[in-house]
Amino acid sequence: MGDTSKSKLEVRIWRGKDEGGFSSYFVPMRDNQTILDVVTEIQREQEPALAYRFACRVGVCGSCAMTVNGKPRWTCRTHVTKVAGEGVLTLEPLRNLPRIKDLVCDMSAFFQKWQKAGGKHVGTATRKDRPALVDITNPARVTANAAIECINCAICYSACDVVAWDKDYLGPAALNRAWTLVNDERHGERDETFDKSFGEGGCSSCHSQGNCTRHCPVEISPSESIAGLKRAAFSGLPNTGSE
Amino acid sequence: MSKLSLGKHRLHKSYFAFLGHRLSGLALAIFLPFHFLALGLAMEGDDSLDQMLAFTDNPIVKFAEWGLVILLALHFFFGLRVLLLEFTPWPNRTDPRLGWIVPGLFAAGFVGLIFIVQVV
Repeated sequence: MGDTSKSKLEVRIWRGKDEGGFSSYFVPMRDNQTILDVVTEIQREQEPALAYRFACRVGVCGSCAMTVNGKPRWTCRTHVTKVAGEGVLTLEPLRNLPRIKDLVCDMSAFFQKWQKAGGKHVGTATRKDRPALVDITNPARVTANAAIECINCAICYSACDVVAWDKDYLGPAALNRAWTLVNDERHGERDETFDKSFGEGGCSSCHSQGNCTRHCPVEISPSESIAGLKRAAFSGLPNTGSE
Repeated sequence: MSKLSLGKHRLHKSYFAFLGHRLSGLALAIFLPFHFLALGLAMEGDDSLDQMLAFTDNPIVKFAEWGLVILLALHFFFGLRVLLLEFTPWPNRTDPRLGWIVPGLFAAGFVGLIFIVQVV
């Protein structure tokens, strides 16, 4: 990864917790660098006290999401050239989550809401049973598969205005998870998950703004999943073929 | 802290359709008391109602009426979008109906055109 450009990239990074300010750093523009590369370069060479979070660096773990030039993004898979049109990057922590330090948020509420939405899979078989034979052509399975690759990055949660307005709203990711379980024939508490998704702060609070679908880095559509939950309130739970 | 750019995530058609639906609804709600006031004048006698009807022939009021028709049509078509999104299956994850703002605007504009031709 050579430094092929003469120009420098200005990176404005939020320093502090709720109170703080932006500090500017300058790094060489390179042909091929991600936002996470830039943050790592700054942390290693200019600002050792800079706090940020990452793990896999390849778009699997969902831990490196930040607000980049005003939009929530996965920074390990976002190339600088895609977002720094004027040679300036502004990095902040995700919205709608309590800040800890610099670019790091407290994700506790986000994951607690997954539980509140009935997001825990409850098995119906024991280890002595044969592995479940899942019919991948069953429409409910197809529906679940379309929404199941969530990486828990909280980008949708950060992009959602309803989460910002209503602290009890479960959010797009938790409700998307509930929808996958409602469509999963192996889940032992489909009715309970469905009921929880309509509980306090549930899917009926969604305003169909589409921010979640617009920003999901793995191209899931929580809007579609939440619409599915709402539809099921009238048409009944999806037929998973196991009844 | 500068609140900079934290609104950029809203710059897409689906959000604009949401805004159009809610703001047109709010504007209609603000208008409604005046509408009921005008209707209520009918109970006070012919004169007061006639005065109100004469006032509505004013070109400015006609223009405002046209605006109301547009708002009502916008609210109807954006509301229809929400109902279709939420109560009918999606063909794919980027259902084009999410961005149904242009059809809604055109439909509302068409209704406004009919109002101008037929009523004004």
